[in-house]
Amino acid sequence: MSFLDLLSLDFMQRALVAALLTGLAAPAIGTFIVQRRLALLGDGIGHVAVTGVALGLLTGTSPTWTAVVVAVLGAVLMEVIRERGHTNGDVALALLFYGGLAGGVLITGIAGQGAATLQAYLFGSLNSISFTDVVFTAVLTVVVLVLTLGLSPQLFAVSSDQDFARVAGLRVRGYNLLIAVLAAVSITVAMRTVGLLLVSALMVVPVATSQQLARSFRATFVGAMLVGCVASVGGLLLSAALSFRVAVAPGPTIVLLALAMFTATWPIGVWMRRRSRLMAPFPEVTAAPHRSADEHVHEHGNDCGHPAVPHGDHVDYVHDGHRHAPHGEHYDEH
Amino acid sequence: MTPAGLPYDVTVPVVLDQVSVAIGGRPILRDVDLTVHAGDMVTLLGPNGSGKSTLVRALTGLLPVARGEVRLYGTPLDDFGDWQRVGFVPQRSTATGGVPATVREVVASGRVGRRRLLRPTSAADRRAVESALDVVGLADRASHGVSQLSGGQQQRVLIARALAGEPDLLVLDEPTAGVDLPNQQALADALRRLKERGATIVLVAHEIGPMMPLIDRTVVMRDGWVAYDGPPLTQEVASHTHHHPHEHDVPGGHDHAPHVSSPFDWERRNRP
Repeated sequence: MSFLDLLSLDFMQRALVAALLTGLAAPAIGTFIVQRRLALLGDGIGHVAVTGVALGLLTGTSPTWTAVVVAVLGAVLMEVIRERGHTNGDVALALLFYGGLAGGVLITGIAGQGAATLQAYLFGSLNSISFTDVVFTAVLTVVVLVLTLGLSPQLFAVSSDQDFARVAGLRVRGYNLLIAVLAAVSITVAMRTVGLLLVSALMVVPVATSQQLARSFRATFVGAMLVGCVASVGGLLLSAALSFRVAVAPGPTIVLLALAMFTATWPIGVWMRRRSRLMAPFPEVTAAPHRSADEHVHEHGNDCGHPAVPHGDHVDYVHDGHRHAPHGEHYDEH
Repeated sequence: MTPAGLPYDVTVPVVLDQVSVAIGGRPILRDVDLTVHAGDMVTLLGPNGSGKSTLVRALTGLLPVARGEVRLYGTPLDDFGDWQRVGFVPQRSTATGGVPATVREVVASGRVGRRRLLRPTSAADRRAVESALDVVGLADRASHGVSQLSGGQQQRVLIARALAGEPDLLVLDEPTAGVDLPNQQALADALRRLKERGATIVLVAHEIGPMMPLIDRTVVMRDGWVAYDGPPLTQEVASHTHHHPHEHDVPGGHDHAPHVSSPFDWERRNRP
């Protein structure tokens, strides 16, 4: 069987649709989570959802449903702890992470299931996605996208400045809970493809990649969804191609592909930020004493290699830590 | 309603009536009376820890009032729903978040109180944003990333964000802290233009500088009390105790245990 034959298989097509939806939903809510500087929130919810999956295995109900319920409850609990406790409440969140993971593994053991069953949920799986799962994933993705896009002005205001949003009359607690619940929902969406332990990466890494190049929130948001789709579909195909030789879960390949895209854009981002810092205009200060540069043999120009930085109505050339402004036949020190 | 059963004057932007505020059980403001009249610019001066910021946070509803009543436009704060009339510039907040945003995007988020849910940006929204950018003199920087701007320019972005909501009452908490003189001048120009439109301004300030000619009234806070309320004072006169460190350091402020042991300690989250 060749790689292209693999694509014609039903389970593979279902997996691809699920991956595409995951790649859209996770970065969409992830952008607001990163904006709130809660990048690890997704990781915490993912760990708590392990207990949800285990409860599904124990009771014989669909692990997807129990994971949604437990993840939403965990997200709300984390939000309450964060709001009532310290501003970060990071230790409390960490306790919840470990509790979720340990509880999940314990309950799976009690249910009589081996680690292999749980592994499909922890790191994703190519062939465990049923048609119902795909429909379910599609519905949840639509909910996440409609709410994040439709409420983006409100979510942006709340994520960037809580005090300001509260005085503007927004129900900040409600929006915070909404962000946490949407994060929980997209984590359950991503569970089948990336897996619970790596799902947070799909919320954070595409955003980190996108913001290397983007200057606006909107561009970061759209770019993150694009990176998310490429990473999850590409990672899934990669894992399928590798499956002829070795058994690789799709989660690791998706995350590593996203990280590779970050690694590729990061140097460009560093260069762009350095350049914009160098070229930022100098402040205009009145009544600076006139000083001319001594014995200046070099002639500054457009392509002389020295950054020409705007300074009021002229430019200063940055030259060996000095600022040289053209003045008639010579250069002034500014 | 007043005790006599008459409605309060809806034209008076801010009334604090015997207001006391406690943070974490510690009384900070005690029996503060303050009335701000429409169109006035009032500055709150006083040393660190005198309760200026607490007062501002109480009058914007960010801190609960232990005793007394805050009324905005004649409505007690608990019933007040007209928040789009109030603009707020929080203290020391940075304009940057975890994700890059342009100046225009941050200023546009100031419209959030006036936007209906799930509706696209209206022409009125865009006009208000452009006008706010123009007032603070950052119209040419609208598509720059906020993180590219200096601290003083970021402070102007936050003021433009508050102005974009077209407030009748603007409350600013230390907008001049750590801002260089040219940016202070730009802030003063923005506030002057706002004042000419008839807005009421309450300003907490450490440095008054170029804003001096705009001020109608000065209130000096000391240790949670109003120590002076009258014609404008310069900060030199107002605060001889100015840079004395006197913070409200509550012991045991931050340790490494998660504070889930006291789920009923509501005030904790409100600590500034």
